[in-house]
Amino acid sequence: MSFGDCPPLLGWLPIWINDSLFFLMNEWLPMEFWNEDTQSYKTRPLVLQITREITSVMTFLIELIRDILLGGLKTIVAFTSWDFVGSNSWAKMPGLPWTIVAAGAAILAYQLSGKGLALFAGLVMVYISIFGQWKPSMQTLSFILVAAPLSFIFGLGLGIAAFKNKRVEKALYPILLVMQTMPQYAVLVPALVLFGVGDHAAVIITMIVAVPPMILLTLLGLRAVPPEVIEAGRMSGCNNWQLMFKVLIPTARRDILIGVNQVIMVCFSMAVISAFIGAKGLGFNLLLALNQLNIGLALEAGLCISLIAILLDKMSLAWANKQVDYFGNLSFYERNKNAIYFGIAVFIGIIMAYLGSFYFKQGFNYLFEVPHNKGISTADFWNKGVDWIFDTFFVYIKAFNTWLIVEVLQPMRALYLRMPAVATLVLVVGAGYLIGGVRSALVVCGLTLFIALSPWWDRALVTTYMATFGVIVSCIIGFTVGTLCFQNKHSANFMLGVCDIFQTFPSFVYLIPVMMLFGITDTSVLIAVIVYATIPATRYTIEGLRSVPTALHDAATMSGVNKFQRLTKIEFPLAFPHMMLGLNQTIVFALFMVIIGAFIGTEDLGQYILKALSDKNGAGIGLTLGICVAFIGLIFDNLIRTYVQKRKKHLGID
Amino acid sequence: MSNSVIKCENVFKIFGAKAKKMLQDSNGNVDAKTFQENGCIVGVNNASFEVAKGEMLVVMGLSGSGKSTLLRCISRLTDATSGKIYIEGQDLLKLNNKELIDLRRNKMGMVFQSFALLPHKTVVENIAFPLQIKGIEIEDSISKAMDMVKLVGLEGRENYFPRELSGGQQQRVGIARSLAVEPDIWFLDEPFSALDPLIRKEMQDEFLRLQEKLQKTIMFITHDFDEALKLADRIAIMKDGIIEQLDTPANIVLNPSTEYVRKFTEEVPREKVLLIEDVMDKSDIKDLSELKVFKDETIENVAEKILSQDKAVAVIDGNNKIVGSINPTKIINTVFGGRKNSN
Repeated sequence: MSFGDCPPLLGWLPIWINDSLFFLMNEWLPMEFWNEDTQSYKTRPLVLQITREITSVMTFLIELIRDILLGGLKTIVAFTSWDFVGSNSWAKMPGLPWTIVAAGAAILAYQLSGKGLALFAGLVMVYISIFGQWKPSMQTLSFILVAAPLSFIFGLGLGIAAFKNKRVEKALYPILLVMQTMPQYAVLVPALVLFGVGDHAAVIITMIVAVPPMILLTLLGLRAVPPEVIEAGRMSGCNNWQLMFKVLIPTARRDILIGVNQVIMVCFSMAVISAFIGAKGLGFNLLLALNQLNIGLALEAGLCISLIAILLDKMSLAWANKQVDYFGNLSFYERNKNAIYFGIAVFIGIIMAYLGSFYFKQGFNYLFEVPHNKGISTADFWNKGVDWIFDTFFVYIKAFNTWLIVEVLQPMRALYLRMPAVATLVLVVGAGYLIGGVRSALVVCGLTLFIALSPWWDRALVTTYMATFGVIVSCIIGFTVGTLCFQNKHSANFMLGVCDIFQTFPSFVYLIPVMMLFGITDTSVLIAVIVYATIPATRYTIEGLRSVPTALHDAATMSGVNKFQRLTKIEFPLAFPHMMLGLNQTIVFALFMVIIGAFIGTEDLGQYILKALSDKNGAGIGLTLGICVAFIGLIFDNLIRTYVQKRKKHLGID
Repeated sequence: MSNSVIKCENVFKIFGAKAKKMLQDSNGNVDAKTFQENGCIVGVNNASFEVAKGEMLVVMGLSGSGKSTLLRCISRLTDATSGKIYIEGQDLLKLNNKELIDLRRNKMGMVFQSFALLPHKTVVENIAFPLQIKGIEIEDSISKAMDMVKLVGLEGRENYFPRELSGGQQQRVGIARSLAVEPDIWFLDEPFSALDPLIRKEMQDEFLRLQEKLQKTIMFITHDFDEALKLADRIAIMKDGIIEQLDTPANIVLNPSTEYVRKFTEEVPREKVLLIEDVMDKSDIKDLSELKVFKDETIENVAEKILSQDKAVAVIDGNNKIVGSINPTKIINTVFGGRKNSN
């Protein structure tokens, strides 16, 4: 603790959270519950019973879908018993052959968008199969097929509740705000305490993270329904239920489906992160490979998960943008042709798998499922590549590394750490007052005080220093690239497309290539941060410049400005508020990546969250640390949003 | 009870947290300015009127005059702050939610300025929507909706989506939807304001043709004085929530009751609006010329003939009976007299 730091007055908070959780789980409100196995009543605390019930439901759902995709017995056993399966051998249901899943994906993609997406879907599935990633991919997919619909239902329900009732909205709002900047790591620990380890806990955590954006987009969509449409519904004699489900939700369809897209993306991100608490699938393989420093294997798993993510992203977006077709006077065949094709695919797939069982005598039926380690593997190739890069460029990379750490990072870090907490507080509150008056100043003051009084003030400074460095570099790159690409319509569209694809990658995937190049150093983390955070910086620069009205553009041209003058005098000032929102996103992205970077080994808040995972009293620590990170994000969020609102009002572009 | 279908008595609509209390304190004398200083906005200020069966009342006013608010009070899309509204003798404000839904499902239809069609339903599905909401079988509702499609002249486009139609066509769908349940009362909230002038004229003619056939009780909102003159049986002119004048088009043009109303009438081509009946002399039927004109003709149509006569001209009704007379000078006075800029 240096001079001017605050005493860790909030040191009791993590311990209190732990004690409360323990009390809730083990002592509060014991009740009698019927136990199926022992056929008797048993006394158990209510919360424990509830979490166990949720756990068993989640586990059942995941197993059910996994059985369909991969084959197995557990679902049938769940409906019947082991004895039943023992005496009826036909009940040993095999999973779907990979050919059928691939054909199904292609047909669905065709229905949603057309030939292009269908081809992509088919290729992705074939790739996964041939490269021997089928089983973990299907495990991940089954996890997402449970987590995404559940998140959707809860998000939609809460969104509707918030739309109908102002009080619900007010109660939800602070939670939504904190959840937007809360690192996903931090939710892991409390969920671990409540729900234990495994796929079911992963689903629940995913829901906690994925529901807030769904709520926000549902609210946004319902709010955007024109009031006259609502009145038309009322005048048609709708009661409240009909108004909601026949008028409001169908009209808000597009925003709600964008919410579905968001949910799916969060699910993928969490599919990797929740491997920390024992979720099976690609994420688990990815973490394992990274832990063993087997970059080749990690790359393969990462590529697979990214491909599936891109596929589902494109499919859900196609669904959102698809206009409803009218089926009034189509023939039976035309109406059901995709279902018929799928039926044919199932038939052919089964026959092929059956024929395959005669052809492949070595025990692996490649037409049914390519086993995990029997596919083509490129891991060796990549590993050799990494070795080659290291051998060849070691001197240069090392030199760059040393230079960056000694000349830039160390001094910056020292500067941050030397700053007394009181001085930082005054600085932040002053900025709040200048930008948004007393109200803003009080909000930021509260947020900063929480961090200052927690036992991790200096770690928070390390997090901030890494994030700041990342944000500065990202903004310079994003701003330059965005401005350059904006000069030409095609390059701008191309750049936005690239941003879309990069944003689809689960955040963890970014760690693979940087570890490949820079090994396990702070530099790796920072480069991952920069790459990840450059996406929103670039996107918002282009979008901001695009949002400048054409009329002003024309007016400037007619005043005889040259391209550079137009950029500096007209476009930048008007695009500035939108670009500041981009800065906000850049900060959030950077913080997320800094925290995830703990996996490589940093010394900031993220590292402590990671440690809390294996600590038996980690729940309180993890949650408090998570709140600290969320608050860092919220401080900037509050300042930037207030500034943007003022600026927009000033420019008259609301 | 008279044959009035809609009856309003001292209807007030005031927006704001303290609206109810302030209205009580004011004893019915509402001054928009003092209310505004206290954070209340006056939407409708003491409106009382009746609309008879089969009558078309056009409410005309500029934006912010409270005309749409008045309509929404009567359709109870918003609750009036005070006053009484009767629909066919039923006290509208006393209906519970279920009764209100029943009333809307069977008695009321409404057309909106922005069309307010459901984007995910086709033309015919949009029109069938109120029927399906009522619980009518899908097939019956679709066949009924197809009749409506024909009524508004959209045959062949029934399977289009609203996004594939022009503005005029979309509003035809809106009109068809509002008529699908065969309501007695028809509300139209600036139905043609979002359309191009040419399409607007076409839709107005179409609308008059429909009304001739259907004889609904209508409240029609517009900000276009010419449209009001063209369509209305009676016009209510609103300003700042107050009905300034409620009268027949002819009386409004000839005898504007306030300065505000007079400003609207100034530019009106009277020969196009006024009928012979409106300006004829009922008492003096002696000493007439040979020429006879029907009382339902507009001045424009017969002015040339009348002006060629020296003496007064006989005005006859449909049964060829003389009901009055009109002097050529009266025509000149009516068309050119009494204007502000006519020295």
